[in-house]
Amino acid sequence: MKDAPENLGIDHDPVRHPEGCRPGIDCDRWVIRGARLRDPSNGLDTTSDIYLGDGRIVGIGEAPGNWPTDTAEHVCAEGHWLIPGVIDGWARLREPGHEHKATIATESAAAVAGGITTVVMPPDTIPVLDTIAVARYIKRRAQLAGRARVVAIGAMTQQLGGELLAEMAALDAGGCVAISNAHYPFQDLRLMRRALEYAATFDLQVLLQPLDPSLSERGCAHDGAVATRLGLPGLPVSAETGPLAQLIAMISETGARVHVPQLSSAAALKLIERAKADGLPITAGVSAHHLWLTEMDTDALDPNAHVIPPLRTIRDRDALRRGLAEGLIDTVVSDHQPHEPDAKLAPFPETEPGISGLETLLPLVLKLVEEDVLDFDRAIDALTTRPAALFGLSDSGSIAVGQRADLALIDPDAMWSLGSTGMASAGENTPFIGWDFAHQVETTWVNGRRVFLREQ
Amino acid sequence: MAVKFVRPKIPKFAPDPWAIQFDEQGHLRHLLTIEGLGPQWITRILDTAEGFVSVTDREIKKVPLLRGRTVVNLFFESSTRTRTTFELAAKRLSADVLNLNLATSATKKGESLLDTLRNIEAMQADMFVVRHEQSGAAHFIARHVAPHVSVLNAGDGWHSHPTQALLDAFTIRRHKGDFTPLRVAIVGDIRHSRVARSQMHVLNSLNVGELRVIAPRTLLPTHIEKLGVRVFHDMREGLKDVDVIIMLRLQRERMEAGLLPSEEEFYRLYGLTEEKLAWAKPDAIVMHPGPANRGVEIESSVADGPQSVILEQVSNGIGVRMAVMSLCMSANRGENA
Repeated sequence: MKDAPENLGIDHDPVRHPEGCRPGIDCDRWVIRGARLRDPSNGLDTTSDIYLGDGRIVGIGEAPGNWPTDTAEHVCAEGHWLIPGVIDGWARLREPGHEHKATIATESAAAVAGGITTVVMPPDTIPVLDTIAVARYIKRRAQLAGRARVVAIGAMTQQLGGELLAEMAALDAGGCVAISNAHYPFQDLRLMRRALEYAATFDLQVLLQPLDPSLSERGCAHDGAVATRLGLPGLPVSAETGPLAQLIAMISETGARVHVPQLSSAAALKLIERAKADGLPITAGVSAHHLWLTEMDTDALDPNAHVIPPLRTIRDRDALRRGLAEGLIDTVVSDHQPHEPDAKLAPFPETEPGISGLETLLPLVLKLVEEDVLDFDRAIDALTTRPAALFGLSDSGSIAVGQRADLALIDPDAMWSLGSTGMASAGENTPFIGWDFAHQVETTWVNGRRVFLREQ
Repeated sequence: MAVKFVRPKIPKFAPDPWAIQFDEQGHLRHLLTIEGLGPQWITRILDTAEGFVSVTDREIKKVPLLRGRTVVNLFFESSTRTRTTFELAAKRLSADVLNLNLATSATKKGESLLDTLRNIEAMQADMFVVRHEQSGAAHFIARHVAPHVSVLNAGDGWHSHPTQALLDAFTIRRHKGDFTPLRVAIVGDIRHSRVARSQMHVLNSLNVGELRVIAPRTLLPTHIEKLGVRVFHDMREGLKDVDVIIMLRLQRERMEAGLLPSEEEFYRLYGLTEEKLAWAKPDAIVMHPGPANRGVEIESSVADGPQSVILEQVSNGIGVRMAVMSLCMSANRGENA
């Protein structure tokens, strides 16, 4: 099905040159000299020149024969690392429907500033991404913005209502890389099982976030010591593990390929571990903030630490870190949710949950490498190779001749701290303001086009 | 190119949730929670209150400490008793008082909390007394008010009700003196009680001998023991050798939420009857933050009995609130109170 997608009028190559090619600005041909190329997926770690042309990597070490090197733009990148562009598997860009928070234009610019070249969008837009028209609109907006590639996850049920199945096969043919019901519940378990069965028929990748609506009602923080002290309604771990266990039971019956985008607890990780050991087609991700923050960060009632699933205990955080290091957790996502300032200007429980995370995804993961929690190869694997495989983006997520030229150039000794004024995202809702990072994205190429260059 | 939105400046976050209560000189400016006050400030408030409680016993009950000042009671949740005692406290300090019952007006019309706040601030108020149904609301308001305004938390969600806890400590101190040998038991709906949380902080700060909570598990939040209490599920065990019994109000919604089977069962197991009161020390005092549900958590004969200090709590509340208001306002004037 994936091999021969039906052409429904959607350009499968979303990032083009809306302004036409301006030589030297968004030049079609690039020579990046002297960078350390690091791509663990094919064992690449070498200092070499790399040649980009027509949106692809055309040569590593030497240019292909008859390649017009003279007319290419040259970049001197000594002392820098070149990695495959990050694929962020779960990020809200707020368009269509919430343009007062952010737009595809602002957020795709924020993505490339954070080294993300492909953004995968859940279907909870307004209107819901349950028709090809909406998918087409999103692609068109991303093309016009001309920054990151934006790919969409289609809805599993109509209007995400959890009652009637959406046209999953059509959404797949129309370019959706997976299907999901975002964070909306199914009406009942029977419907959920049917939806999984139907998805399995076409071998679609399903993304489901386990969160029991009745156990999570009104909850805004982990049901633990901090929530008890602050008098905040709690979200128990069982709100995650309960539905996850049901989901695993249904995967074993239906054979549906399911990815859980954001784990938040050690107990949920254990369930995933067992399911994987049983050979079930289940994979899991974690958001970057769950690898760094805990319930203690909600202590100051900072609405920027209000996220769903909630920040849990130090024990949970450490388990998630271990799970990621061991590869039990496949991917890391930003769970990007930009907000307008008003959304966070209220007492903690009344604020809207979410962190603006595109620009901190790669820095936070590389900070784990710096602190020896994670090795570099696993970090890059979780941000590029695994999400590429998960979403069937076979020409992305690695540095090799013939692959898409989606690349991020990193200064490994930049020493910078996140300031609220320096963010490219329209949402400044992040608890990481003031954090120090060593690695900084200098330049980003998407489809062979330089879409981001850090101002010096 | 990317469109950049113009954004208003978002205030910075204090590292400690309670640090915001003090001004740069270390004076108490807002009272939002008991946490962070420490025994010195708590004792200072209680000592100041002693002076004011004697004022309220005089024939002319007014002192001119807050003359020309405006205190606004911002009640987003309805309350009679707390609002009235705050009002009386402010009036006895000669302040002008404005009562705003917002449970029914502005915010229901879609006005945001911050807009309400800005509007009242523009009326040159000096102090906000805030009650709100969301935990953290008083912190939020304190973080956003103009620099000359003090905020007193009169109850936010399930989080904190510091003046109630202070007046309880004041009442206990008047009856029992030293806190260190005392056993205190809090009984009932701990989970939804801001009063209980503040009481735990205040009594532990004052180094109470032993603090107990007695309730079924559905009415206790997770890890309550981390707030420095011993947990009991049985009244006979929990009340043994206790000097102070604090009963909490049980709301009828709790049965509907599946936390309790019935009022009758709760009363049978946890309601303070004369029989159960006998399990405590003979000189134990009985307290209740009010309003009490007779026949649900407390028997009438106990509520009105010789060991009950419930009405005394109410009158002490005025003195304690006067103390808090005058201390916060003197910080605000830059006086070294």
